[in-house]
Amino acid sequence: MERKRMKPWKILALTAILATQLLLPGASASAGEPVLRMATTTSTDNTGLLDYLAPLFQKDTGIKLQWVAVGTGKALALGRNCDVSILFVHAPAAEKKFVKEGYGITRRKVMYNDFVIIGPKNDPARLKGLSIPTALKAVTGKNAVFVSRGDDSGTHKKELSLWKAASLQLPDKKKWYIQTGQGMLTTIKVAEERSGYTLVDRGTYIKYESQNQGNPRLVILVEGDKSLMNQYSIIAINPESCDKAAYNRTLGFIGWITAPKAQKHIADFRLLGKQLFIPNAEQ
Amino acid sequence: MDFILQGLIEAIKLLAAGGGETYSAIFTTLKVSTISIIASLILGIPLGFLLGYAEFPGRRFCRTLADTLLALPTVVVGLLVYAFISRRGPFGDLGLLFTLPGIAIGQTILALPIVISLTASAIEGLDQRLRLTLLTLGASGRQLALTSLREGLFAVLIASVTAYGRIISEVGVSMMLGGNIKWYTRTITTAMALETNKGEFAMGLALGIVLLIIAFTVNAILSILKMRAGI
Repeated sequence: MERKRMKPWKILALTAILATQLLLPGASASAGEPVLRMATTTSTDNTGLLDYLAPLFQKDTGIKLQWVAVGTGKALALGRNCDVSILFVHAPAAEKKFVKEGYGITRRKVMYNDFVIIGPKNDPARLKGLSIPTALKAVTGKNAVFVSRGDDSGTHKKELSLWKAASLQLPDKKKWYIQTGQGMLTTIKVAEERSGYTLVDRGTYIKYESQNQGNPRLVILVEGDKSLMNQYSIIAINPESCDKAAYNRTLGFIGWITAPKAQKHIADFRLLGKQLFIPNAEQ
Repeated sequence: MDFILQGLIEAIKLLAAGGGETYSAIFTTLKVSTISIIASLILGIPLGFLLGYAEFPGRRFCRTLADTLLALPTVVVGLLVYAFISRRGPFGDLGLLFTLPGIAIGQTILALPIVISLTASAIEGLDQRLRLTLLTLGASGRQLALTSLREGLFAVLIASVTAYGRIISEVGVSMMLGGNIKWYTRTITTAMALETNKGEFAMGLALGIVLLIIAFTVNAILSILKMRAGI
């Protein structure tokens, strides 16, 4: 009886030994490396751009880049709370306000692409070739399914401004207006399942195309308007208000990504032979 | 059907290949869940034992509180811990948000009520005659407590397994406190919740399989122990 009761203890001890061995290598590996923590939009993450840039950055500077992919709105909030040291986002108006309020400094342009409206191939609301305002009016008129990010991201902010520019009321509670509150690729998947239209940055759209071997169910219907410009910028969190922000590493990243070498890396980042982002840092 | 079958084949290939994103999420999960379960057992067993064994004013209230917290939603834990460990929060200087220790804190809080409540129940459920017998045999208070703990050991083990199941399957805490950072805080569940619908279906399936295997292994160990103990 006594011997049998010892067994659970033995197993617990074994587990503990296993556990410590499991923990040790992880602990030692992450101790020495300098880490830069970034909050970024889902498009830089979803497309794989950061997966491609981070090792190149680490090779050049020895700094390990870690990022949290959230909508631009949440990214700004994380910056305001000093939970990250750097932002890589795409909502110029909100960014300028962020810097003006003193939360961020040294905002630099990095790259751009453009937004497009995509929808089912059969295009039930006949948006193909329309201008943005008429396209949105057609969506409203036909009660066609429109899928919105609804997450205060850069893309969502842009979409809201487009409704406003078209003098349309936001179809907030309409049945055909679906607000996912999630990232770009997920939102595209929702649009695909519901055969709806959605606004997307071209980079993420190309990623979606490549995931579907170049033959996706949703295709580009509206594009080319000046108002669809999509600028990505980088902002250092103000070290004055967040004393712990790793300001030197932040400056290291800003210097690196705006320099011609990394700018060329961005231009070289392609899927299906298509360029996703066009670098435009001012030297 | 083709889609699912192909996903499954891809998933098995991913698991067979080893390394990469899939295994990174698996090891992260094992690492952080091990820290969490150890922490919650170290804190929870003594507290649960106290709650089930000792008599003190307010005991019944504490017991009800522990039982209520069994149903603590993961996102509530995530939110509360977030408020405390964000840089703007009281413990912000420790820099715990979006790190493994950050997740471990949340998971420990999540598992603690389970360990406390089940341990307390186990100790309460011990045969009262044991206590009387020991007393008549002249056992000291310390001996009495130790014997009770040993008798309740198996039930405590069940509590650990239950708590571990809760830890390993939760997604809210890992998402809110870990941030799903690739190669670092991306766990099995956050990868499944956040990556699968980005088109990484095979990886999601592979991770799902692993999660089931872990759950099965833990429960198999439990049932072997049960058999050995003759229950």
